[in-house]
Amino acid sequence: MSRPRRTPLGDRAFRAACTLAGVFVLVVIALMVIELAAESWPIWERDGLGFIVKTDWNAVEGRESYGALPYIFGTLVTAGLAMAIGVPLSIGIAMFLSDAPSRVSGPLGFVVELLAAVPSVIYGLWGLFVFRGFFVDVVEDPLYRSLGEHVWFLDSRPFGLDILTASVILAIMIIPTVSAVSREIMRAVPQQQKEAAYMLGATRWEMFKLAVFPYSKTGLVGASILGLGRAVGETMAVTMLIGNAIGANAITETLFSPGQSIASILANEFAEATPGSLQVPALLGLALILLVVAMSINVVAHLLVTRMLRVREGAINN
Amino acid sequence: MNQQERRRYYRSLFRQNMRRRLLADKAMRVVVLAAVIVAIAPLASILFEVVRNGAAALSIEFLTAVPGAAGSGEGGIGPAIQGTFIVLGLASLLGVPVGVLSGIYLAEFGRGRLAQSVRFFTDVFMEFPSIVIGIFAFLAVVLVLGHFSLWAGAFALALIMFPIVSRTTEESLKMVPYTYREAGVALGLQRWVITLRVVVSAAKNGMVTGILLAVSRVGGETAPLLFTILGSSQFFGGFGSPMDALPLRIWTLSLLPYEEAQLHGWGAALVLIFIIMCINLAVRFFVLGEKTGFGAGGRVAFLRAMSRR
Repeated sequence: MSRPRRTPLGDRAFRAACTLAGVFVLVVIALMVIELAAESWPIWERDGLGFIVKTDWNAVEGRESYGALPYIFGTLVTAGLAMAIGVPLSIGIAMFLSDAPSRVSGPLGFVVELLAAVPSVIYGLWGLFVFRGFFVDVVEDPLYRSLGEHVWFLDSRPFGLDILTASVILAIMIIPTVSAVSREIMRAVPQQQKEAAYMLGATRWEMFKLAVFPYSKTGLVGASILGLGRAVGETMAVTMLIGNAIGANAITETLFSPGQSIASILANEFAEATPGSLQVPALLGLALILLVVAMSINVVAHLLVTRMLRVREGAINN
Repeated sequence: MNQQERRRYYRSLFRQNMRRRLLADKAMRVVVLAAVIVAIAPLASILFEVVRNGAAALSIEFLTAVPGAAGSGEGGIGPAIQGTFIVLGLASLLGVPVGVLSGIYLAEFGRGRLAQSVRFFTDVFMEFPSIVIGIFAFLAVVLVLGHFSLWAGAFALALIMFPIVSRTTEESLKMVPYTYREAGVALGLQRWVITLRVVVSAAKNGMVTGILLAVSRVGGETAPLLFTILGSSQFFGGFGSPMDALPLRIWTLSLLPYEEAQLHGWGAALVLIFIIMCINLAVRFFVLGEKTGFGAGGRVAFLRAMSRR
């Protein structure tokens, strides 16, 4: 008997439908980039790359002028600070979770992951009405009083709606992601490596230095970059806490003054922009910049994390 | 030095060294524990404040009435609750089938360079800034239809949902032993029948988990709704008109300078957290136990899916 030459019609249709659904994601991403580029074209046409480096933001008719730099600055500074605060904490948590007995690490990991399920807008609400007051009294004011005269970036009276508060909220928000992925990556370190380190007489901390960190370096960097990608695109909580300065004012000298990130200016202004004005293309240009930045960050992060986990699966099979 | 002195000397060196190492170990232990406590404190505070302040706002009127005049402290969040459920339902209708089919593609047919890039970009798309997706939905649906509508909001949320559904479906299907498929082939079944009747039904649990996770994740999204369903203070009035949703209502209320609005904001937050936590807890207790045995990649996909943006 010979094989049937043609695959049955049902199979071909099913396969086509599935492939179509799979390719959908590529189409959507391409459409998003094209659409944003096309709709923001007027601003690129007028200012060219000058749009990226200008600092003013003026929507008055006849004197319209838009620059993206203050918001790029705000996005990078808040995301960078959030990383500086959040990543060490997350790696600490991941170390604890990956090494604690499961009766401790199970419930604890669950609690940390619950943090991830809290919607962004609720972080914002909590940040605005609870955290802000606490943070001004306990951290910002003492910092300003004791160091404000000597350190330029602490030298302004803290008010609570500023770059530092937004960064700390961001840090709290990326901790669950970064620590959950880091924990998976640390668990991927072969048990034999850890045992070998212990056998050489290492203490637990030395075991981490000898066996875990060298093995999981790449993956941990990837996990952190994943957190960075999330911090860059985070909208609601940041909008509620960053203070929403506009134009050149948003490039702040101190951490205690209001700023503005790309995501927050989009949330604030996009709904109110006058249709037909140049403000809409300017905002869409900002959205395009955000999209490109976030996508590049995530591409790098995924390359690092997947490579790490693939190594692991290989190691176990061998 | 005689033998005994030398021995004593070495022993003191060893002790010194050991003391230093143990001290470093202890210090790190304290640091790590401190990190855990610092990370949990905000969660405890958020849950505590939401429950404490939110409980004060709860009443039958609050849950069912339309919002009163700003700052009056009257009215409620009825339309917002209704809107959240409607928009989530609609988004699931749009997003889940695409996600499931694309997951099937990745798991069953996904070989070669095309599948590789689909998988990769699905992962990347999962992390797209949700505000950009909202703006895209505005350009693609609101501008085209000419008005803000539930459709636009559901479209935006569906775009956020389908990559999550797709990757979790793929991971669940890959858990089904290959022998199941071979058994199907041995019975002479067509490939699509095998996939839908045998493989999918064996992987049902994982897939349902993925879908629920996607729903709970999307339920808290605010940014994509800002420019799509816009917000409203009326109950459902057709799929083509603006609508309210809980996250949007919380955001609106938090911007108002009245104590009463704040209180209502906390109340809405409590309802929203309650809905989302219910879904999450259900998922964890019923499906996401150790027994599911997802591979590391799958667990990471799941974990990422859990997080909001």
